[in-house]
Amino acid sequence: MTEVLLDVHALSVRFQLGRRGRRGVVRAVSAAGFELRAGAVLALVGESGCGKSVLAAALLGLLPANAEVRGRATMDGLELLGAQEKTLAERVRGRMIGLVPQSAASHLTPVRTARAQLVETVRALRQDVADAPAFADDLATRVGLDPATLRLYPHQLSGGTAQRVALSLALAGDPRVLLADEPTVGLDRPLVEHVVDTLADLSTQDKAVLMITHDLAAARRVATHVAVMYASRLVEFGPAGAVLADPWHPYTGALLDALPDGRFRPIPGDPPELTALPDGCAFCQRCPAMPGYPPCTGEATMRRFGDRFVAAHPPAAIPEYGPLC
Amino acid sequence: MLSAEGIVVGYRKGVPVLDGVDLHITPGETVGLAGPSGCGKSTLAKVLCLLLRPWKGRLRMDGEVITGFRHDAPAALRTRVGVVFQQPRLAVDPRLTLREIVAEPLLANGFPASGVIGLANRVGLTGELLERRPHEVSDGQLQRACLARALALRPRYLVCDEMTAMVDASSTAGLVRVVREQASDLETGVLAISHDDALLDVWADRVERLG
Repeated sequence: MTEVLLDVHALSVRFQLGRRGRRGVVRAVSAAGFELRAGAVLALVGESGCGKSVLAAALLGLLPANAEVRGRATMDGLELLGAQEKTLAERVRGRMIGLVPQSAASHLTPVRTARAQLVETVRALRQDVADAPAFADDLATRVGLDPATLRLYPHQLSGGTAQRVALSLALAGDPRVLLADEPTVGLDRPLVEHVVDTLADLSTQDKAVLMITHDLAAARRVATHVAVMYASRLVEFGPAGAVLADPWHPYTGALLDALPDGRFRPIPGDPPELTALPDGCAFCQRCPAMPGYPPCTGEATMRRFGDRFVAAHPPAAIPEYGPLC
Repeated sequence: MLSAEGIVVGYRKGVPVLDGVDLHITPGETVGLAGPSGCGKSTLAKVLCLLLRPWKGRLRMDGEVITGFRHDAPAALRTRVGVVFQQPRLAVDPRLTLREIVAEPLLANGFPASGVIGLANRVGLTGELLERRPHEVSDGQLQRACLARALALRPRYLVCDEMTAMVDASSTAGLVRVVREQASDLETGVLAISHDDALLDVWADRVERLG
Protein backbone atom coordinates (compact mmCIF):
# COMPACT_ATOMS: atom_id res chain seq x y z
CA MET A 1 0.00 0.00 0.00
CA THR A 2 1.23 3.40 -0.84
CA GLU A 3 1.39 6.23 1.63
CA VAL A 4 -1.76 8.19 2.49
CA LEU A 5 -0.99 11.83 1.70
CA LEU A 6 -4.30 13.40 2.63
CA ASP A 7 -6.81 11.85 4.97
CA VAL A 8 -10.22 13.50 5.09
CA HIS A 9 -12.71 12.35 7.70
CA ALA A 10 -16.32 13.47 8.29
CA LEU A 11 -15.74 16.86 6.68
CA SER A 12 -18.81 19.10 6.84
CA VAL A 13 -19.23 22.70 5.75
CA ARG A 14 -22.27 24.83 6.47
CA PHE A 15 -23.09 28.42 5.72
CA GLN A 16 -25.53 30.42 7.80
CA LEU A 17 -27.62 32.78 5.73
CA GLY A 18 -28.79 36.00 7.35
CA ARG A 19 -28.07 36.75 10.99
CA ARG A 20 -27.55 33.47 12.94
CA GLY A 21 -28.93 31.48 10.03
CA ARG A 22 -32.39 33.07 10.11
CA ARG A 23 -32.62 32.86 6.32
CA GLY A 24 -31.64 29.22 6.33
CA VAL A 25 -28.54 27.06 6.52
CA VAL A 26 -26.74 25.84 3.41
CA ARG A 27 -25.29 22.37 3.90
CA ALA A 28 -22.58 22.53 1.27
CA VAL A 29 -20.57 19.45 2.34
CA SER A 30 -21.92 16.75 4.66
CA ALA A 31 -19.65 14.19 6.33
CA ALA A 32 -17.29 13.67 3.40
CA GLY A 33 -14.51 11.18 3.94
CA PHE A 34 -11.81 9.86 1.61
CA GLU A 35 -8.11 9.11 1.39
CA LEU A 36 -5.74 10.45 -1.20
CA ARG A 37 -2.77 8.14 -1.65
CA ALA A 38 0.56 8.83 -3.30
CA GLY A 39 0.44 8.19 -7.02
CA ALA A 40 -3.33 8.63 -7.21
CA VAL A 41 -5.36 10.90 -9.45
CA LEU A 42 -8.66 11.26 -7.64
CA ALA A 43 -11.48 12.76 -9.68
CA LEU A 44 -14.22 14.34 -7.60
CA VAL A 45 -17.24 14.40 -9.90
CA GLY A 46 -20.84 15.57 -9.65
CA GLU A 47 -23.30 18.08 -11.06
CA SER A 48 -22.76 21.83 -10.69
CA GLY A 49 -23.57 23.08 -7.22
CA CYS A 50 -23.12 19.79 -5.35
CA GLY A 51 -20.36 21.16 -3.10
CA LYS A 52 -17.20 20.00 -4.90
CA SER A 53 -15.45 23.36 -4.92
CA VAL A 54 -16.44 24.14 -1.32
CA LEU A 55 -14.83 20.88 -0.23
CA ALA A 56 -11.60 21.90 -1.97
CA ALA A 57 -11.67 25.42 -0.54
CA ALA A 58 -12.17 24.00 2.97
CA LEU A 59 -8.94 22.00 2.70
CA LEU A 60 -7.00 25.20 2.01
CA GLY A 61 -8.83 27.40 4.51
CA LEU A 62 -10.18 29.57 1.70
CA LEU A 63 -13.84 29.68 2.77
CA PRO A 64 -15.59 32.92 3.67
CA ALA A 65 -16.00 33.86 7.34
CA ASN A 66 -19.59 32.64 7.66
CA ALA A 67 -18.58 29.04 6.89
CA GLU A 68 -18.72 26.49 9.71
CA VAL A 69 -16.28 23.65 9.12
CA ARG A 70 -16.32 20.37 11.05
CA GLY A 71 -14.39 17.12 10.73
CA ARG A 72 -10.73 16.34 10.14
CA ALA A 73 -8.34 16.62 7.23
CA THR A 74 -4.78 15.58 7.98
CA MET A 75 -1.69 15.87 5.87
CA ASP A 76 1.88 15.24 7.07
CA GLY A 77 0.56 15.11 10.64
CA LEU A 78 -0.92 18.58 10.33
CA GLU A 79 -4.64 19.17 10.89
CA LEU A 80 -5.74 21.43 8.03
CA LEU A 81 -9.25 22.25 9.19
CA GLY A 82 -9.19 24.97 11.78
CA ALA A 83 -5.44 25.56 11.36
CA GLN A 84 -4.21 29.09 12.04
CA GLU A 85 -4.13 31.43 9.06
CA LYS A 86 -0.36 31.83 9.63
CA THR A 87 0.18 28.06 9.41
CA LEU A 88 -1.94 27.80 6.27
CA ALA A 89 -0.14 30.68 4.60
CA GLU A 90 3.39 29.66 5.57
CA ARG A 91 3.22 25.89 5.39
CA VAL A 92 0.16 24.65 3.52
CA ARG A 93 -0.88 26.76 0.56
CA GLY A 94 1.40 26.31 -2.41
CA ARG A 95 3.88 24.24 -0.36
CA MET A 96 1.87 21.21 0.76
CA ILE A 97 -1.16 21.69 -1.48
CA GLY A 98 -0.95 23.53 -4.79
CA LEU A 99 -4.19 24.96 -6.18
CA VAL A 100 -5.10 25.34 -9.83
CA PRO A 101 -8.16 27.56 -9.47
CA GLN A 102 -11.31 27.46 -11.56
CA SER A 103 -11.18 29.77 -14.63
CA ALA A 104 -7.43 30.17 -14.28
CA ALA A 105 -7.15 33.24 -16.49
CA SER A 106 -9.23 35.36 -14.13
CA HIS A 107 -6.86 34.53 -11.26
CA LEU A 108 -3.84 36.06 -12.98
CA THR A 109 -3.01 39.71 -12.38
CA PRO A 110 -4.02 41.44 -15.62
CA VAL A 111 -1.33 44.15 -15.52
CA ARG A 112 1.72 41.91 -15.14
CA THR A 113 3.26 39.35 -17.47
CA ALA A 114 2.96 35.63 -16.78
CA ARG A 115 6.72 35.55 -16.15
CA ALA A 116 6.60 38.32 -13.53
CA GLN A 117 3.91 36.42 -11.65
CA LEU A 118 5.66 33.08 -11.90
CA VAL A 119 9.04 34.47 -10.80
CA GLU A 120 7.40 36.27 -7.87
CA THR A 121 5.75 33.02 -6.81
CA VAL A 122 9.02 31.09 -7.08
CA ARG A 123 10.82 33.71 -4.95
CA ALA A 124 8.08 33.62 -2.32
CA LEU A 125 7.87 29.84 -2.05
CA ARG A 126 11.38 28.64 -2.82
CA GLN A 127 14.18 30.27 -0.85
CA ASP A 128 16.37 27.34 -1.91
CA VAL A 129 16.25 28.35 -5.57
CA ALA A 130 19.04 30.74 -6.51
CA ASP A 131 18.03 31.56 -10.07
CA ALA A 132 14.27 32.19 -9.97
CA PRO A 133 13.88 33.19 -13.66
CA ALA A 134 15.61 30.01 -14.86
CA PHE A 135 13.46 27.96 -12.47
CA ALA A 136 10.36 29.65 -13.88
CA ASP A 137 11.39 28.57 -17.39
CA ASP A 138 11.83 25.00 -16.15
CA LEU A 139 8.37 25.03 -14.60
CA ALA A 140 6.87 26.31 -17.83
CA THR A 141 8.59 23.57 -19.82
CA ARG A 142 7.33 20.92 -17.39
CA VAL A 143 3.71 21.83 -18.10
CA GLY A 144 4.28 21.97 -21.84
CA LEU A 145 4.62 25.73 -22.24
CA ASP A 146 7.21 27.40 -24.43
CA PRO A 147 9.07 29.71 -21.95
CA ALA A 148 8.79 32.46 -24.58
CA THR A 149 5.02 32.60 -23.96
CA LEU A 150 5.71 33.78 -20.43
CA ARG A 151 6.43 37.31 -21.66
CA LEU A 152 2.73 37.69 -22.51
CA TYR A 153 0.09 39.40 -20.40
CA PRO A 154 -2.94 37.37 -19.23
CA HIS A 155 -5.32 38.86 -21.81
CA GLN A 156 -2.98 37.69 -24.58
CA LEU A 157 -3.17 34.07 -23.42
CA SER A 158 -5.67 31.56 -24.77
CA GLY A 159 -7.72 29.55 -22.26
CA GLY A 160 -5.46 26.53 -22.52
CA THR A 161 -2.26 28.53 -22.14
CA ALA A 162 -3.62 30.43 -19.14
CA GLN A 163 -4.53 27.06 -17.63
CA ARG A 164 -0.96 25.89 -18.04
CA VAL A 165 0.43 29.11 -16.53
CA ALA A 166 -1.83 28.52 -13.51
CA LEU A 167 -0.55 24.94 -13.35
CA SER A 168 3.07 26.10 -13.35
CA LEU A 169 2.23 28.56 -10.55
CA ALA A 170 0.70 25.73 -8.53
CA LEU A 171 3.83 23.62 -9.03
CA ALA A 172 6.28 26.35 -8.01
CA GLY A 173 6.30 25.31 -4.34
CA ASP A 174 6.70 21.59 -5.18
CA PRO A 175 3.51 20.54 -3.34
CA ARG A 176 2.81 16.86 -2.77
CA VAL A 177 -0.89 17.34 -3.42
CA LEU A 178 -2.16 19.24 -6.41
CA LEU A 179 -5.75 20.40 -6.29
CA ALA A 180 -7.24 21.32 -9.66
CA ASP A 181 -10.71 22.87 -9.65
CA GLU A 182 -12.54 22.31 -12.96
CA PRO A 183 -9.29 22.43 -14.98
CA THR A 184 -11.03 21.61 -18.25
CA VAL A 185 -14.06 23.93 -18.45
CA GLY A 186 -14.28 25.84 -21.71
CA LEU A 187 -11.28 24.10 -23.31
CA ASP A 188 -11.58 22.16 -26.52
CA ARG A 189 -11.17 18.38 -26.43
CA PRO A 190 -7.47 18.14 -27.50
CA LEU A 191 -6.60 20.78 -24.88
CA VAL A 192 -8.69 19.00 -22.24
CA GLU A 193 -6.75 15.84 -22.96
CA HIS A 194 -3.43 17.68 -22.83
CA VAL A 195 -4.28 19.35 -19.51
CA VAL A 196 -5.49 16.19 -17.80
CA ASP A 197 -2.57 14.15 -19.18
CA THR A 198 -0.19 16.74 -17.75
CA LEU A 199 -1.98 16.51 -14.40
CA ALA A 200 -1.76 12.73 -14.46
CA ASP A 201 1.98 12.85 -15.22
CA LEU A 202 2.46 14.95 -12.08
CA SER A 203 1.09 12.28 -9.77
CA THR A 204 4.37 10.41 -9.46
CA GLN A 205 5.27 8.04 -6.68
CA ASP A 206 5.19 10.53 -3.83
CA LYS A 207 2.60 12.99 -5.16
CA ALA A 208 -1.11 12.97 -5.84
CA VAL A 209 -3.72 14.97 -7.72
CA LEU A 210 -7.25 15.82 -6.62
CA MET A 211 -9.16 16.89 -9.71
CA ILE A 212 -12.60 18.44 -9.28
CA THR A 213 -14.55 18.14 -12.47
CA HIS A 214 -17.93 17.57 -14.00
CA ASP A 215 -16.22 16.23 -17.12
CA LEU A 216 -16.59 12.48 -16.73
CA ALA A 217 -14.86 11.84 -20.02
CA ALA A 218 -11.74 13.59 -18.69
CA ALA A 219 -12.03 11.66 -15.42
CA ARG A 220 -12.29 8.40 -17.33
CA ARG A 221 -9.13 9.26 -19.22
CA VAL A 222 -6.75 9.87 -16.32
CA ALA A 223 -8.28 9.18 -12.91
CA THR A 224 -7.08 6.26 -10.80
CA HIS A 225 -9.94 6.81 -8.34
CA VAL A 226 -13.34 8.45 -8.56
CA ALA A 227 -15.41 10.05 -5.82
CA VAL A 228 -18.98 10.89 -6.80
CA MET A 229 -20.65 13.74 -4.95
CA TYR A 230 -24.37 14.45 -4.90
CA ALA A 231 -26.15 17.18 -2.95
CA SER A 232 -23.27 17.75 -0.48
CA ARG A 233 -22.53 14.06 0.16
CA LEU A 234 -20.16 11.52 -1.30
CA VAL A 235 -22.30 8.69 -2.62
CA GLU A 236 -19.71 6.46 -4.30
CA PHE A 237 -15.94 6.11 -4.12
CA GLY A 238 -13.51 3.61 -5.51
CA PRO A 239 -11.03 2.68 -8.27
CA ALA A 240 -11.93 4.61 -11.42
CA GLY A 241 -12.06 1.61 -13.74
CA ALA A 242 -14.47 -0.32 -11.52
CA VAL A 243 -16.74 2.60 -10.62
CA LEU A 244 -17.09 3.91 -14.17
CA ALA A 245 -17.54 0.48 -15.75
CA ASP A 246 -19.98 -0.86 -13.16
CA PRO A 247 -21.57 1.95 -11.11
CA TRP A 248 -23.30 0.82 -7.94
CA HIS A 249 -25.06 4.04 -7.07
CA PRO A 250 -27.88 5.02 -9.48
CA TYR A 251 -26.58 8.61 -9.45
CA THR A 252 -23.20 7.50 -10.83
CA GLY A 253 -25.12 5.55 -13.47
CA ALA A 254 -27.23 8.60 -14.28
CA LEU A 255 -24.12 10.76 -14.73
CA LEU A 256 -22.64 8.22 -17.13
CA ASP A 257 -25.96 7.93 -18.98
CA ALA A 258 -25.92 11.69 -19.60
CA LEU A 259 -22.66 11.53 -21.58
CA PRO A 260 -22.92 11.91 -25.37
CA ASP A 261 -21.14 8.58 -25.86
CA GLY A 262 -23.48 6.98 -23.34
CA ARG A 263 -27.25 7.16 -23.70
CA PHE A 264 -27.18 11.00 -23.75
CA ARG A 265 -30.09 11.11 -21.36
CA PRO A 266 -30.44 14.03 -18.91
CA ILE A 267 -31.03 13.20 -15.24
CA PRO A 268 -34.72 14.00 -14.73
CA GLY A 269 -35.49 16.78 -12.27
CA ASP A 270 -33.14 19.06 -10.38
CA PRO A 271 -30.90 18.29 -7.40
CA PRO A 272 -32.44 19.30 -4.05
CA GLU A 273 -31.69 22.73 -2.61
CA LEU A 274 -28.74 22.62 -0.23
CA THR A 275 -30.85 24.60 2.26
CA ALA A 276 -33.49 21.85 2.41
CA LEU A 277 -31.68 18.51 2.24
CA PRO A 278 -33.42 15.36 3.44
CA ASP A 279 -31.69 13.48 6.27
CA GLY A 280 -31.31 10.24 4.36
CA CYS A 281 -30.59 9.51 0.70
CA ALA A 282 -31.04 12.72 -1.26
CA PHE A 283 -31.27 11.03 -4.65
CA CYS A 284 -34.54 9.19 -3.96
CA GLN A 285 -36.73 11.79 -5.69
CA ARG A 286 -34.83 11.29 -8.96
CA CYS A 287 -34.13 7.60 -8.41
CA PRO A 288 -37.26 5.98 -9.89
CA ALA A 289 -36.00 6.92 -13.33
CA MET A 290 -33.02 4.62 -12.85
CA PRO A 291 -34.26 1.04 -12.89
CA GLY A 292 -31.92 -1.93 -12.46
CA TYR A 293 -30.22 -0.87 -9.22
CA PRO A 294 -30.62 -2.59 -5.88
CA PRO A 295 -33.28 -0.98 -3.69
CA CYS A 296 -32.37 2.17 -1.76
CA THR A 297 -31.73 1.68 1.96
CA GLY A 298 -32.17 5.42 2.49
CA GLU A 299 -28.79 5.71 4.19
CA ALA A 300 -26.85 8.91 3.62
CA THR A 301 -23.37 7.65 4.52
CA MET A 302 -21.21 5.33 2.47
CA ARG A 303 -20.35 1.77 3.49
CA ARG A 304 -17.32 -0.18 2.44
CA PHE A 305 -17.36 -3.26 0.21
CA GLY A 306 -13.84 -4.46 -0.61
CA ASP A 307 -12.02 -1.55 -2.21
CA ARG A 308 -15.25 0.33 -3.06
CA PHE A 309 -17.61 2.49 -1.07
CA VAL A 310 -21.24 3.22 -1.80
CA ALA A 311 -24.17 4.86 -0.01
CA ALA A 312 -27.71 3.55 0.16
CA HIS A 313 -27.34 0.94 -2.61
CA PRO A 314 -25.22 -1.97 -1.29
CA PRO A 315 -24.39 -4.56 -3.97
CA ALA A 316 -26.13 -7.83 -3.23
CA ALA A 317 -23.22 -10.16 -3.92
CA ILE A 318 -20.40 -8.56 -1.93
CA PRO A 319 -20.20 -8.77 1.87
CA GLU A 320 -19.98 -5.49 3.67
CA TYR A 321 -16.63 -4.58 5.12
CA GLY A 322 -17.80 -1.85 7.47
CA PRO A 323 -18.91 1.75 7.50
CA LEU A 324 -16.45 4.37 6.29
CA CYS A 325 -17.08 6.90 9.01
CA MET B 1 -32.49 28.18 -46.16
CA LEU B 2 -29.84 30.20 -44.35
CA SER B 3 -26.71 30.29 -46.44
CA ALA B 4 -23.35 31.93 -46.07
CA GLU B 5 -21.43 32.12 -49.34
CA GLY B 6 -17.74 32.95 -49.55
CA ILE B 7 -17.69 34.81 -46.26
CA VAL B 8 -14.49 36.79 -45.60
CA VAL B 9 -14.36 38.65 -42.31
CA GLY B 10 -12.05 39.54 -39.44
CA TYR B 11 -11.57 42.06 -36.70
CA ARG B 12 -8.33 43.74 -37.75
CA LYS B 13 -7.74 45.20 -41.17
CA GLY B 14 -6.01 42.77 -43.50
CA VAL B 15 -6.23 39.86 -41.02
CA PRO B 16 -9.26 37.79 -42.01
CA VAL B 17 -10.43 35.21 -39.49
CA LEU B 18 -12.66 33.55 -42.06
CA ASP B 19 -11.36 33.50 -45.61
CA GLY B 20 -14.05 32.36 -48.00
CA VAL B 21 -16.31 30.14 -45.91
CA ASP B 22 -19.53 28.53 -47.16
CA LEU B 23 -22.23 27.09 -44.93
CA HIS B 24 -25.87 26.18 -45.56
CA ILE B 25 -28.59 25.33 -43.08
CA THR B 26 -31.99 24.16 -44.21
CA PRO B 27 -35.05 24.29 -41.92
CA GLY B 28 -35.32 21.21 -39.71
CA GLU B 29 -31.67 20.33 -40.22
CA THR B 30 -29.00 20.39 -37.50
CA VAL B 31 -25.55 21.30 -38.79
CA GLY B 32 -22.61 20.76 -36.46
CA LEU B 33 -19.67 23.14 -36.69
CA ALA B 34 -16.41 21.79 -35.26
CA GLY B 35 -12.84 23.03 -35.09
CA PRO B 36 -10.13 24.00 -32.60
CA SER B 37 -10.25 27.11 -30.39
CA GLY B 38 -9.63 30.28 -32.37
CA CYS B 39 -10.52 28.88 -35.81
CA GLY B 40 -13.44 31.27 -36.31
CA LYS B 41 -16.47 29.22 -35.28
CA SER B 42 -17.94 32.03 -33.20
CA THR B 43 -17.11 34.60 -35.86
CA LEU B 44 -19.17 32.65 -38.37
CA ALA B 45 -21.95 32.39 -35.78
CA LYS B 46 -21.96 36.18 -35.41
CA VAL B 47 -22.30 36.63 -39.17
CA LEU B 48 -25.18 34.13 -39.30
CA CYS B 49 -27.14 35.93 -36.59
CA LEU B 50 -26.54 39.27 -38.27
CA LEU B 51 -24.24 40.59 -35.55
CA LEU B 52 -21.18 40.99 -37.78
CA ARG B 53 -21.03 42.39 -41.32
CA PRO B 54 -18.83 40.28 -43.61
CA TRP B 55 -16.11 42.08 -45.60
CA LYS B 56 -16.85 39.94 -48.62
CA GLY B 57 -19.33 37.25 -49.48
CA ARG B 58 -23.07 36.94 -49.18
CA LEU B 59 -25.53 35.93 -46.51
CA ARG B 60 -28.95 34.80 -47.76
CA MET B 61 -31.96 34.02 -45.62
CA ASP B 62 -34.87 32.26 -47.31
CA GLY B 63 -33.76 33.66 -50.65
CA GLU B 64 -33.34 37.24 -49.43
CA VAL B 65 -29.82 38.71 -49.57
CA ILE B 66 -29.00 40.36 -46.25
CA THR B 67 -27.70 43.89 -46.58
CA GLY B 68 -28.21 45.25 -43.06
CA PHE B 69 -26.29 43.92 -40.07
CA ARG B 70 -26.42 44.72 -36.35
CA HIS B 71 -28.80 47.63 -35.75
CA ASP B 72 -29.28 48.05 -39.51
CA ALA B 73 -30.83 44.59 -39.82
CA PRO B 74 -34.62 44.70 -40.22
CA ALA B 75 -36.34 43.32 -37.10
CA ALA B 76 -38.23 40.73 -39.16
CA LEU B 77 -34.95 39.17 -40.30
CA ARG B 78 -33.11 39.62 -37.00
CA THR B 79 -35.77 37.76 -35.05
CA ARG B 80 -35.76 34.91 -37.53
CA VAL B 81 -32.44 33.75 -36.04
CA GLY B 82 -32.24 32.85 -32.37
CA VAL B 83 -28.90 32.60 -30.60
CA VAL B 84 -27.58 30.97 -27.43
CA PHE B 85 -24.08 31.97 -26.33
CA GLN B 86 -21.40 30.05 -24.45
CA GLN B 87 -21.48 31.92 -21.17
CA PRO B 88 -24.98 32.42 -19.80
CA ARG B 89 -23.75 34.77 -17.06
CA LEU B 90 -22.43 37.21 -19.63
CA ALA B 91 -25.57 36.94 -21.75
CA VAL B 92 -28.16 38.15 -19.24
CA ASP B 93 -28.89 41.29 -17.28
CA PRO B 94 -28.04 40.31 -13.67
CA ARG B 95 -30.81 42.56 -12.31
CA LEU B 96 -33.67 40.69 -14.00
CA THR B 97 -35.44 37.56 -12.81
CA LEU B 98 -35.41 34.54 -15.11
CA ARG B 99 -39.06 35.27 -15.91
CA GLU B 100 -38.12 38.78 -17.08
CA ILE B 101 -35.15 37.47 -19.05
CA VAL B 102 -37.33 35.03 -20.99
CA ALA B 103 -40.07 37.66 -21.45
CA GLU B 104 -37.77 40.32 -22.94
CA PRO B 105 -38.03 39.34 -26.62
CA LEU B 106 -41.80 38.82 -26.29
CA LEU B 107 -42.40 42.27 -24.82
CA ALA B 108 -39.95 43.97 -27.20
CA ASN B 109 -41.92 42.59 -30.16
CA GLY B 110 -45.41 43.30 -28.88
CA PHE B 111 -46.35 39.83 -27.66
CA PRO B 112 -47.95 39.18 -24.25
CA ALA B 113 -45.57 38.00 -21.51
CA SER B 114 -47.94 35.11 -20.78
CA GLY B 115 -45.96 33.05 -23.28
CA VAL B 116 -43.16 32.73 -20.73
CA ILE B 117 -44.77 29.80 -18.90
CA GLY B 118 -44.96 27.58 -21.98
CA LEU B 119 -41.36 28.41 -22.90
CA ALA B 120 -40.14 27.77 -19.36
CA ASN B 121 -41.91 24.40 -19.28
CA ARG B 122 -40.36 23.52 -22.56
CA VAL B 123 -36.81 23.92 -21.18
CA GLY B 124 -37.71 22.46 -17.78
CA LEU B 125 -37.65 25.58 -15.61
CA THR B 126 -40.32 25.18 -12.97
CA GLY B 127 -42.39 27.82 -11.14
CA GLU B 128 -40.26 29.10 -8.32
CA LEU B 129 -37.01 29.13 -10.32
CA LEU B 130 -38.49 31.75 -12.65
CA GLU B 131 -38.67 34.28 -9.82
CA ARG B 132 -34.93 34.02 -9.08
CA ARG B 133 -32.16 36.21 -10.38
CA PRO B 134 -29.09 34.88 -12.22
CA HIS B 135 -26.85 34.74 -9.12
CA GLU B 136 -29.39 32.47 -7.41
CA VAL B 137 -29.34 29.71 -10.05
CA SER B 138 -26.70 27.37 -11.49
CA ASP B 139 -25.04 27.85 -14.88
CA GLY B 140 -27.14 25.00 -16.27
CA GLN B 141 -30.40 26.55 -15.08
CA LEU B 142 -29.41 29.97 -16.40
CA GLN B 143 -28.48 28.50 -19.77
CA ARG B 144 -31.97 26.92 -19.91
CA ALA B 145 -33.43 30.41 -19.47
CA CYS B 146 -31.18 31.67 -22.28
CA LEU B 147 -32.41 28.86 -24.52
CA ALA B 148 -36.05 29.67 -23.67
CA ARG B 149 -35.34 33.32 -24.54
CA ALA B 150 -33.81 32.32 -27.87
CA LEU B 151 -36.88 30.23 -28.70
CA ALA B 152 -39.39 32.89 -27.58
CA LEU B 153 -40.06 34.31 -31.04
CA ARG B 154 -40.15 30.86 -32.70
CA PRO B 155 -37.07 31.54 -34.80
CA ARG B 156 -36.73 29.64 -38.05
CA TYR B 157 -32.99 29.24 -37.35
CA LEU B 158 -31.16 28.74 -34.07
CA VAL B 159 -27.43 29.29 -33.53
CA CYS B 160 -26.04 27.46 -30.46
CA ASP B 161 -22.51 28.80 -29.99
CA GLU B 162 -20.84 26.42 -27.51
CA MET B 163 -24.14 26.32 -25.67
CA THR B 164 -23.00 23.45 -23.45
CA ALA B 165 -19.32 24.25 -22.85
CA MET B 166 -19.84 25.61 -19.35
CA VAL B 167 -22.47 23.18 -18.05
CA ASP B 168 -22.32 19.63 -16.72
CA ALA B 169 -23.20 16.46 -18.62
CA SER B 170 -26.77 16.19 -17.39
CA SER B 171 -27.56 19.81 -18.28
CA THR B 172 -25.89 19.28 -21.68
CA ALA B 173 -28.10 16.31 -22.45
CA GLY B 174 -31.17 18.28 -21.28
CA LEU B 175 -30.42 21.39 -23.36
CA VAL B 176 -29.66 19.37 -26.47
CA ARG B 177 -32.85 17.36 -26.07
CA VAL B 178 -34.90 20.59 -26.13
CA VAL B 179 -33.09 21.89 -29.22
CA ARG B 180 -33.60 18.59 -31.02
CA GLU B 181 -37.33 18.66 -30.25
CA GLN B 182 -37.45 22.21 -31.56
CA ALA B 183 -35.72 21.15 -34.77
CA SER B 184 -38.08 18.27 -35.41
CA ASP B 185 -41.36 19.82 -34.18
CA LEU B 186 -41.01 23.32 -35.61
CA GLU B 187 -38.64 22.59 -38.50
CA THR B 188 -36.03 24.88 -36.97
CA GLY B 189 -32.64 24.89 -38.71
CA VAL B 190 -29.92 24.57 -36.08
CA LEU B 191 -26.23 25.44 -36.15
CA ALA B 192 -24.60 23.50 -33.30
CA ILE B 193 -21.14 24.86 -32.60
CA SER B 194 -18.97 22.76 -30.32
CA HIS B 195 -15.43 21.55 -29.90
CA ASP B 196 -16.77 18.28 -28.51
CA ASP B 197 -16.81 15.78 -31.38
CA ALA B 198 -18.57 13.15 -29.29
CA LEU B 199 -21.40 15.61 -28.68
CA LEU B 200 -21.76 16.62 -32.33
CA ASP B 201 -21.74 12.98 -33.40
CA VAL B 202 -25.00 12.36 -31.54
CA TRP B 203 -26.52 15.82 -32.00
CA ALA B 204 -25.96 16.94 -35.58
CA ASP B 205 -27.26 15.57 -38.87
CA ARG B 206 -23.95 16.49 -40.49
CA VAL B 207 -20.75 18.10 -39.23
CA GLU B 208 -18.75 20.81 -40.99
CA ARG B 209 -15.17 21.49 -39.96
CA LEU B 210 -13.39 24.84 -39.78
CA GLY B 211 -9.63 25.41 -39.50
